[in-house]
Amino acid sequence: MAETLQNLYLGFSVALKPEILLYAFVGCVIGTLVGVLPGVGPLAGISLLLPVSFGLNATSAIVLLAGIYYGAMYGGSTTSILMRIPGEAASVMTCIDGYAMTRKGRGGPALAISAVGSYVAGSVSVVALMLLAPPLATFALRFGPPEYFSLLLLGLLALAYMSGGSMLKSLAMAVLGLLLGMIGIDPMTGFFRFSYGLVELGDGIGIVPVAVGLFGLSEILLTAGQSTPPEVVKPRLKELLPSRDEWRASLWPIGRGTVLGFAIGIIPGSAHIISSFISYAVERRLAKHPERFGNGAIEGVAGPESANNSATSGAFVPMLALGVPSGPIPAVMLAAMMVHGISPGPLLIAHQPELFWGFIASMYVGNLVLLILNLPLVGIFINVLRVPYPLLYPAILMFCVLGVYAVNGSVVDVGIMTAMGGLGYLLRKFDFETAPVVLGLVLAPMMEMSFRQSLSMSSGSYSIFVTRPIALVLLMVGVALLLSSIIPFLMKRVDWRQRFSVSAGEEKS
Amino acid sequence: MVIPYCVFRGAIIPKSVSHIKRFFSGMPGGVLLQSAGMLTNDRLSGCVLAIFALLVIWESRLLPLGTFRAPGPAFVPVLLASLLLSFGVLLLVTSGDTRRLASVTWAGWRHVLGILGSCVFAVFAIERLGYRLTVLVVLIFLVKILEKRGWIVAGIFAFVLAFGSFFLFYTVLRVPLPQGPLGF
Repeated sequence: MAETLQNLYLGFSVALKPEILLYAFVGCVIGTLVGVLPGVGPLAGISLLLPVSFGLNATSAIVLLAGIYYGAMYGGSTTSILMRIPGEAASVMTCIDGYAMTRKGRGGPALAISAVGSYVAGSVSVVALMLLAPPLATFALRFGPPEYFSLLLLGLLALAYMSGGSMLKSLAMAVLGLLLGMIGIDPMTGFFRFSYGLVELGDGIGIVPVAVGLFGLSEILLTAGQSTPPEVVKPRLKELLPSRDEWRASLWPIGRGTVLGFAIGIIPGSAHIISSFISYAVERRLAKHPERFGNGAIEGVAGPESANNSATSGAFVPMLALGVPSGPIPAVMLAAMMVHGISPGPLLIAHQPELFWGFIASMYVGNLVLLILNLPLVGIFINVLRVPYPLLYPAILMFCVLGVYAVNGSVVDVGIMTAMGGLGYLLRKFDFETAPVVLGLVLAPMMEMSFRQSLSMSSGSYSIFVTRPIALVLLMVGVALLLSSIIPFLMKRVDWRQRFSVSAGEEKS
Repeated sequence: MVIPYCVFRGAIIPKSVSHIKRFFSGMPGGVLLQSAGMLTNDRLSGCVLAIFALLVIWESRLLPLGTFRAPGPAFVPVLLASLLLSFGVLLLVTSGDTRRLASVTWAGWRHVLGILGSCVFAVFAIERLGYRLTVLVVLIFLVKILEKRGWIVAGIFAFVLAFGSFFLFYTVLRVPLPQGPLGF
């Protein structure tokens, strides 16, 4: 414990440097704007601003990007509550009761509870991250290629399992992502695969053009033809304070949301989205008067908002400790770290303690900055939405092109973004999820390498995956997830994930 | 179930298309034939995924496959494509009660084509015309032609964004952006 406190002191000595503080602040402001804008979620936001971080040192860059991630989660809730527009997917559940509160004139308290809940959840989950990541990293030193392969496979299966729709479709998308990840030079033999003479494809398809295309551009394509911007409600500062009853009602949902969000965040998948859905369902189940949900229940804002912020920190645990991203956003963060010459994984904490602990400390600082920043400035942030959408989306499109081009200075990347935008548009029209494609793309090289290295180690025997205990346990968990999804399908029964989505749908209507 | 038959070129076949469907529905390939009759989102998606998987397998023929115990560079792509093929076929045969294809609306197709076209233009123009000129043209096209705003609004908006973003990213943040032959 003393060692942890000493390390945290080291972290704060890094995070409280004026330069780092400035980047945390700038990241939070940009992130909040990104969260407010419909169509640019945290993933597209981080991807787009990745080139801006190239000129910075590693710590400043990671602090800036983490600030954008946090800020986007905060910003998304603002538009959900005031306008019923989820700035990003994790805020969908906040729309239901948050907007109902706004219509009753309680939008201010909903915003305040959301901000306080996010702050508490963010801070507590950073403590959990701080305590959990180092021992996990020590444990991960026992991992060899078979264990990594099993872990990555489990990650993809868990993502497919936790996605709201069909597991078959999610698995198909994960495999599609893995196939995209096969493009480029085979790392073991040096053969060019599927690059068709394009030198730029030698290193494979980049995460940024794929992520921006599938998430940013496809959202623009889906929404560009729509008109009628919604009414903007602007609460005054004195209207922000919740009543004593509202504070009391929010206390436990914030606590439950924090624990639930962190636990779900560690599991691979679109954690922050799933955690808010599950938190809402839990709060409704535990409520004495569940009929209030959908009509402005503050618990319906406090729980999901705390859960999605807590999941954000949870998602950093496997990324920092194992070097394995648990979802598309940590995957882009991982790519950003690699650009700066950092290799997240078990050795990061030992070799670059000032970066790891500085990052942890900057998350505390970021949470505080967001709490101070968001409530008084909420009126300014939502003014962005007064810009008519026919002018807003061309501007977002321009940033997409600029951000993607700037990463490698390559027009091929802009072409890939365009193709992925078209693909993402079609996939979403046909009810496919796009997150598994990005995660598959990121994991493909690691997965193939660990698979083939494992076979080299065992002279071609596949038993290596079941004779090593850690690999076996991870594979068994993966098989269990697969079976638990297949069995209800075979027995024509509805599984629990569908039940959640039905209840959410009922609320929306 | 009695299905009316007729004789065609010496063979006994069901009388009409609906009879053909009923005739085949009890056979192993019947599901596929029914699929063609009732096209759902998932069935079309399944078909496309299966075709894509076959294409990947075909393209992998140029690379060494290796053996089961010592995989070559084509091994994992073929393995993944085979998985995708099976997912595609599963999607095709298990999705009878999903959304019909006709329920998908394409109301915003003009915008979709316009935006994708702008991106394609950017791919070809950004290094030839430079960042500022390319963005200027794209924004004027989107705002004036696609969104039907006035020339003044479109012009000012495009000019401010193209030159403003260049100044911010190129000059202030030192992000390398192409200048083009005219210095734009």
